Amino acid sequence: MYFLSGFFFLLVGGIEALLIRMQLIVPNNHFMVGDTFNQLLTMHGTTMIFLAAMPMIFGLMNVVVPLQIGARDVAFPFMNALGFWLFLAGGLLLNFSWLFGGAPDAGWTSYPLLALNHFSPGPGIDYYVLGLQIAGLSSLMGAINFLVTIVNMRAPGMTFLRMPLFTWATFVTSALLLFAMPPLTVGLILLMFDRLFGSHFFDVAGGGDPVIWQHLFWIFGHPEVYIVVLPAFGVMSEVIATFSKKRLFGYSSMVFAMVLIGFLGFMVWVHHMFTVGLGPMSNAIFAIATMTIAVPTGIKVFNWLFTMWGGCIRFTTPMLFAVGFIPTFVIGGVTGVMLAVPPADFQYQDTYFVVAHFHYVLIGGTVFGMFAGMYYWWPKMFGKKLNETLGRWHFWLFLIGFHMTFLVQHWLGLWGMPRRVFTYQPGYGLEWGNQLSTAGALLMGISIIFLLVNIAVTARRGEAAGSDPWDGRTLEWAISSPAPEYNFAQLPLVRDVDALWYAKMNGKKGVEPAEPIGSIHMPSPSYLPILMAVGFFIAGFGFVMRAIPAAVLGLIMVFITMFMRSFDHDPGYHIEPEEIEATEKGARA
Amino acid sequence: MSDHNQLSMAPEMPHHTETSTLEGKNKILGFWFFLGAETVLFACLFGTFLALRHSTMGGPTSEELFSLPMVAAATLILLTSSLTSVLGILGMHRENLKSMLFWFGVTVLLGLAFLGLEIYEFIEYVHEGHTFTRSAFGSSFYTLVGTHGSHVLFGVTWITTLIYQGWKKGITKETAPKFYVASLYWHFIDVVWVFIFTVVYLLGMIS
Repeated sequence: MYFLSGFFFLLVGGIEALLIRMQLIVPNNHFMVGDTFNQLLTMHGTTMIFLAAMPMIFGLMNVVVPLQIGARDVAFPFMNALGFWLFLAGGLLLNFSWLFGGAPDAGWTSYPLLALNHFSPGPGIDYYVLGLQIAGLSSLMGAINFLVTIVNMRAPGMTFLRMPLFTWATFVTSALLLFAMPPLTVGLILLMFDRLFGSHFFDVAGGGDPVIWQHLFWIFGHPEVYIVVLPAFGVMSEVIATFSKKRLFGYSSMVFAMVLIGFLGFMVWVHHMFTVGLGPMSNAIFAIATMTIAVPTGIKVFNWLFTMWGGCIRFTTPMLFAVGFIPTFVIGGVTGVMLAVPPADFQYQDTYFVVAHFHYVLIGGTVFGMFAGMYYWWPKMFGKKLNETLGRWHFWLFLIGFHMTFLVQHWLGLWGMPRRVFTYQPGYGLEWGNQLSTAGALLMGISIIFLLVNIAVTARRGEAAGSDPWDGRTLEWAISSPAPEYNFAQLPLVRDVDALWYAKMNGKKGVEPAEPIGSIHMPSPSYLPILMAVGFFIAGFGFVMRAIPAAVLGLIMVFITMFMRSFDHDPGYHIEPEEIEATEKGARA
Repeated sequence: MSDHNQLSMAPEMPHHTETSTLEGKNKILGFWFFLGAETVLFACLFGTFLALRHSTMGGPTSEELFSLPMVAAATLILLTSSLTSVLGILGMHRENLKSMLFWFGVTVLLGLAFLGLEIYEFIEYVHEGHTFTRSAFGSSFYTLVGTHGSHVLFGVTWITTLIYQGWKKGITKETAPKFYVASLYWHFIDVVWVFIFTVVYLLGMIS
């Protein structure tokens, strides 16, 4: 459900992107100007980061992580459901802004003073503040959930250095989320106080300082980049190892690199603020710290290449996305190092060069990663393999469209086209670049249609994929597809990295069990998470509309549901061995 | 946690109810992670306060406002409440329901006393012209101290409902982790207050 709603918001954000590109196709266009364009731009950024990338990642994690570590479920199923509904409530609240009172229009970074009442008098920014706050809660819950699941619920023998790379990525990502969300929470609260209750955190006239927002936002915002890209690294590691039929090259250095990237991700936020005027000393320190990240990233890229080297490569659709990801992401990384040089950054700042850079990283990383993961784990999720021919069409159109759109934007930026503006003048040589860019964006849009068709066709006519369609290496391929609700009939005993491959190489049919078949305890479903999320939604909407009684009512509803949850004695239910055996037989037949 | 495991080896305490199930262990570990996030949240509020504490814009300054005796009294009350919540947990480990509920009850009362003092303090300040909207100093002061105060309020409400629940159900595998987690929360609030006492009040009185 996470994945599907994330995909829905991806389409919304994509349509917003297409509208942006349509406006920029010719100079002095009048398609979407002024405020509307600012709203589109803001909502495109916000939607893609918070409502598309993150939930799609969370969706994959939810499906894959318990399976990869040999667990029956995540640690807190209730909180998991609550997190999903909160994300949906936050996302809907944000998009309500199109219907009631105008969307946020201060950019996805929402800098004050631009975001204060004086320059943004409508309710747009209030939607931004409250929608993100509610969706942010869901990220925090998800992070805690995955951390506890991975620490406490690994199958016997699954030591930390035997965990699959995607699980490692989830672990590091969750740790980043845990420490990155609170600064955003604080920033949003302060902005809300400034807008709703007349405080002076960012308002210079009252003694405030807008740079505080920039610090808080980027202490969150820079780790956020790694939050969305590390899971993609995890997917790539799984996909490349599986389709090269080789153990991942340099497993422990991959883990180390990932942890190091996570750590450094927190140390570099100031590189977003080189031009604020914090002084040459702090600029130099943060520039060097930023460039350091290239080292572990390079380790990872070379390890992927060495994994493929001499491997028995099969170019399936997930592998295509994984291979396409490598050069694309490297280009994004190189322009990142260019931007990390402060004097150069003074030139590039707020031009299309920056736009090109972060799209190379985010699409080249996250989106390629999510597509690879989607094709790779689709059989595990739904029991059917996506169509390969349509998948190839999707990949090639997307890859070509992507480079058409964004490669040329590097030059547009160097030629002086500023970001965030809705038009440009003829005669400066910017026309053909923009036209090419728009054409590329359309091509990417068309490629998504192939994906949608693929999903529909597969759902209608796809054949059952079996439990292990790719000749996989990790535990998730040891059980039937789609996974039964208890995941593992018997918890597996893990003896090496790539537990299933180890078993196959030793001539066994499956992974050895670590326990006899017994009854399995399951939590009962609950309707409270939805009620709680509705409470948050009412509260958020109340604050946006400045209807404080409604907001308080929503909060009371939240507290009542919390109270009910605390007293809700939930014994769950048991699945008995006979029933398990019947299910397992049915799956094998 | 390892200390606790060693403690549980002692003969008079054969096991700890709160960690006897996987759900309980998960809950406690998850709560530690949550406290990690809360630490960052308060760190950001402290940072904001430190950046803005001299922006009084002609309003009363911290030297003029703060008085040591009252803040010291509040500190003493809150630190004592941390001790009483420990006594509550010790009662839980002895499987002594009455002692556990009694000490958690005392904790709630001390928490309420602290809140009363804080409300009184805020009213005083407002009379002296130090309001939320007067200056950036006011905004950041009330946000930091108020966030702590609302945590205390939440803790008081939470522990009160827990006492009711414990009274109804006794010390079980289900209630024990809840009490344990609530006491962790309460200690956390205390630690944050020690920082507020130092950074906001002591620093505010000397500068």
